Amino acid sequence: MECYVCEVCGYVYDPAEGDSEGGIASGTPFSDLPESWVCPVCGADKSQFSPE
Amino acid sequence: MKDVMRAVKVSDHVYWVGAVDWNIRDFHGYTTKRGSTYNAYLVLAEKPTLIDTVKSPFREEMLARVGSVMDPRDISVIVSNHTEMDHTGALPEVIRYIDPDRVYASPTGVKALSEHFSFDREIIAVKDGESIGLGNMDLACWETRMLHWPDSMFSYLAKDKLLFSQDAFGMHLATSARFDDEIEPAILDYEAATYYANILLPYSPQVLKLLDRVGGLGVEFRIVAPDHGPVWRKDIGGIIDSYGRWAAQEPTKKAVVVYATMWHSTESMARALSEGLIDKGITVKLMSMEAVHRSDVAYEVLDAGILAVGSPTLNNNIFPSMADVLTYLKGLRPRNLVGAAFGSYGWSGESVKQLETYLADMKVELPCEGLRIKHVPDSSSLKQCYDLGGLLADRLLERV
Repeated sequence: MECYVCEVCGYVYDPAEGDSEGGIASGTPFSDLPESWVCPVCGADKSQFSPE
Repeated sequence: MKDVMRAVKVSDHVYWVGAVDWNIRDFHGYTTKRGSTYNAYLVLAEKPTLIDTVKSPFREEMLARVGSVMDPRDISVIVSNHTEMDHTGALPEVIRYIDPDRVYASPTGVKALSEHFSFDREIIAVKDGESIGLGNMDLACWETRMLHWPDSMFSYLAKDKLLFSQDAFGMHLATSARFDDEIEPAILDYEAATYYANILLPYSPQVLKLLDRVGGLGVEFRIVAPDHGPVWRKDIGGIIDSYGRWAAQEPTKKAVVVYATMWHSTESMARALSEGLIDKGITVKLMSMEAVHRSDVAYEVLDAGILAVGSPTLNNNIFPSMADVLTYLKGLRPRNLVGAAFGSYGWSGESVKQLETYLADMKVELPCEGLRIKHVPDSSSLKQCYDLGGLLADRLLERV
């Protein structure tokens, strides 16, 4: 599964890890993240992410 | 003033050429009781280089300090480590006046600068790990995204073993002294911790990663030169250790009890709860929002293990000063706290639930329901508050 990088702060969303702080289980692909999900580092929304 | 402003030598090739803002007291919502400084630095390389500038009204002070060493118009290179306007406000006019050969910022900094100002020249992006050649020495640049803006970067002058750390390791402290060893350690500790709590706390995971990265570079730091407050030349290890400790956010046996009150009922509850904490050996900071500022609360929460918040219900809502401090604290993302909400009410009593929503959003562990007392607490109600303090203390003591 593809990693996505936050263009604002450089955080990398890795589906293998998920985002425990944001309540996202490991194994969740980026495309399945809810629209309300935001970057756990800087708060940018999904539209600010691009494939790594 | 031009003839009386001097540069201060920091190392073999570097001078401090910043400005002292003695009387600033409100720094975008953070109370700066001791003022601040905006530090800019001049590197006397073959290509003379200015690292960062100052807030706009202090431009002449900075140029006068440069002028005590060299003609500012002979500066060849300007490096902007951080786009925030206390360091770039003077930049557009300084560029126009100096007309340097090159101006550098991080890739994100180039974009952010263009969103602040319009320049009639190129700002060159320097990538993470790249160096800028200054003739007889090099300046290495490391991106430090989100410490504390996306554009932030460090630059390192290996020749003098000197790190320009922009806002990291800085503090709001106006003094006539320029170095850490000239200032009372207790003041340095307090102001550095206050700065960390109010500016850097949300990015603690990035601070830990950065400390790991910098530790792994095998680079020696003889001087750390931040963009606010004193230059570190004596206790560099001390401030780096403090950053590691603050970023880890490990709780100590300390509670912060913050409250607002209308007719002293919620205040009585806060005091009874505090007694319950104290009797279990917890250090307590009892803070009325009438008496303290939100940034004082942030400082106290930095090393706390308990956050108890109290508010009366005013027209179906929490008291405005509690919404202020909780909105602020939520943004600062403190971690590893146990907490509870409490408050007196007259009829509807929504405040406790609203306070709990804030605490839950902040990921504060709530071991029990909050305490609502109608009108004035009697002795049995105050005993409930005392017991709540004891319960929070027990929960914290299981952790520390």
